[in-house]
Amino acid sequence: MAAVETFYDVIRRQGITRRSFTKFCSLTAASLGLGAGGPATLAHAFETKPRVPVIWMHGLECTCCSESFIRSAHPLVKDVILSMISLDYDDTIMAAAGFQADAILKETREKHAGQYILAVEGNPPLAEDGMFCIDGGRPFVEKLKEMASGAQAVVAWGSCASWGCVQAAKPNPTHAVPIDKVILDKPIIKVPGCPPIAEVMTGVVSYILTFGQLPELDRQGRPKMFYSQRIHDKCYRRPHFDAGQFVETWDDEGARKGYCLYKMGCKGPTTYNACSTVRWNNGVSFPIQSGHGCIGCSEDGFWDQGSFYDRLTTINHFGIERNADIVGGTAAAIVAGAVAIHAGVTAIRATVKKPEKTDA
Amino acid sequence: MSVQHTLVKTADSDATEAVRRSSVFVYEAPVRAWHWINAALILVLIVSGYLIASPLPTLSGEASDHYQMGYIRFAHFAAAQLFIVAFVYRVYRGIVGNEHARQLFYVPFWRPRYWYEALYELSWYLFIVKNPKKYVGHNPLANLAMVVLFTLLTLFMIATGGALYAQGAGLDSWWTKLFGWVFLIWPNSQQVHTLHHLGMWLMVIFVILHVYAAIREDIMSRQTMLSAIITGDRYFRDDDP
Ligand code: HEM
Ligand code: HEM
Ligand code: SF4
Ligand code: SF4
Repeated sequence: MAAVETFYDVIRRQGITRRSFTKFCSLTAASLGLGAGGPATLAHAFETKPRVPVIWMHGLECTCCSESFIRSAHPLVKDVILSMISLDYDDTIMAAAGFQADAILKETREKHAGQYILAVEGNPPLAEDGMFCIDGGRPFVEKLKEMASGAQAVVAWGSCASWGCVQAAKPNPTHAVPIDKVILDKPIIKVPGCPPIAEVMTGVVSYILTFGQLPELDRQGRPKMFYSQRIHDKCYRRPHFDAGQFVETWDDEGARKGYCLYKMGCKGPTTYNACSTVRWNNGVSFPIQSGHGCIGCSEDGFWDQGSFYDRLTTINHFGIERNADIVGGTAAAIVAGAVAIHAGVTAIRATVKKPEKTDA
Repeated sequence: MSVQHTLVKTADSDATEAVRRSSVFVYEAPVRAWHWINAALILVLIVSGYLIASPLPTLSGEASDHYQMGYIRFAHFAAAQLFIVAFVYRVYRGIVGNEHARQLFYVPFWRPRYWYEALYELSWYLFIVKNPKKYVGHNPLANLAMVVLFTLLTLFMIATGGALYAQGAGLDSWWTKLFGWVFLIWPNSQQVHTLHHLGMWLMVIFVILHVYAAIREDIMSRQTMLSAIITGDRYFRDDDP
């Protein structure tokens, strides 16, 4: 773990050929949209810059982000990135364990203070002083804050670290919170999704490692290069949406023809993610392509919006679960009814009152 | 009658006397024109908005044969942009126009008399008092309804609708610069859709109440209504104060 090592040194030591390395640079540069000079820039950075250590921590989570990450479409990408990361710390996939593992954390914090990247999967529960997630004998939230204090920047993997996800869904018994609620003084990049797409994850890591800074973020802290458009904006079924051709029930004619899933509650129109462009599993498919609507997994609070099969949020304030049309329509009908009754009463009273009116 | 009569003193919440005049000029031509254009636009917005949320039965064939949702959404967006421009113009009229043009934008809630008169007007609608008062502009209750159910609701619809439009226009668009802040309040745009949708129903409720009240007042109250918004003149039906 010499501090002056470059990425390229590490990559070569891992047995990756120069040829593969060049391929990796072109691939990644393309996915980041870096343009013609991109691959060379990447290669140059990897060859000359000292390797930035990456610490990958796990809080309350299901580990789907790691699962996604290690299945990066291109095996090369996975090898390269993983060889750079696992060198330091990832308690799920590294060889070291126990005290040995903890020692790495300490060492990184001391040796690379202000330099290392902290990647966080999952999130800290705050209830009962954080007792719902114990890591290395103490609450995860403590460990998280400690490691964040020395980091250069923090990556929030997945919807858990970014928004809270399922463990923070109502009623949130463990009081799980997204990491930006406890890490207040470091730049945080959010890579939401449940899980995020592997290529998006490797793309973001490559960018940070090569350029030594976070990519451009949107207002909510997501990298613009992958989260600036909705699923709906780039969905290949969009022509059917514009035409007014919808799946009305599962397995109807429209479903067979691949019509738009809007009426089946597709949340593509409200979901920012790269699924409709990058797709999943080596670009094989994505949920909509397999005939099911998007459930909005990369959006804030997506568990608390009611059914996965309703485009609008369920309104719970009236006892039974309602949707906006039932609530609004009922209110409008009541008002219309009241108006009708009021008009009736007015008419009756006007007829009764007639004599009085004329002498007034 | 006597009780009511002693209460009936002033003409409107600004306490300007409207007595002994058989007709007054209330709404200037630009405000009247705005009213009807605005009403038409809102109708288009409600119908097209409803159809965006609950599209017509599916069409068959190839996508290239139709553009139904496209046209419906175009109607919504075109009407929406005109609606915004018209509203900005109406604000301008509120600044340069006569005092009645300003009523849409504030309620004189700091004046106790205003609340007294609003309650009085409510009693008239609830059949408790027999005679309404005379007003040149909006009656105090209508004033409140206009500001809350129309002006505030309009601002809400413009903000949420503008934010949704910004999603399609893109992060670099000026729509995002103007309305992107909405997503700091409701980070998941699904909620913005839901609220915008509920706003439509509030607007429907406003239109029902407003059209009913306008016609009923025209028949029942002591001044004309429809003429005020069509020709601008308001006629008083009696000479009592
Ligand atoms: C979408 C439908 C409509 C909307 C949104 C709407 C909105 C409004 C607004 C905002 C005002 C206040 C004008 C101001 O203070 O400058 C107003 C006044 C008025 N509107 Fe409408 N309107 C609609 C339809 C109608 C219809 C169909 C009628 C006729 C039956 C009508 C009759 C009137 C009258 C008589 C006034 C004057 C009220 C008064 O003098 O106090 N409106 N309307
Ligand atoms: C009185 C005014 C308005 C009414 C009643 C209205 C109504 C609606 C309704 C009911 C929807 C469907 C919501 C859903 O279920 O997803 C909608 C969608 C929308 N509205 Fe409005 N709206 C109004 C004003 C505006 C304005 C001022 C804008 C600004 C540009 C706007 C832009 C949009 C957009 C962008 C959508 C989403 C369309 C889509 O998802 O394809 N609306 N509107
Ligand atoms: S399937 Fe979903 S994302 Fe695709 S066009 Fe239809 S609503 Fe939009
Ligand atoms: S299509 Fe929607 S629900 Fe599915 S993975 Fe992508 S963002 Fe998540």
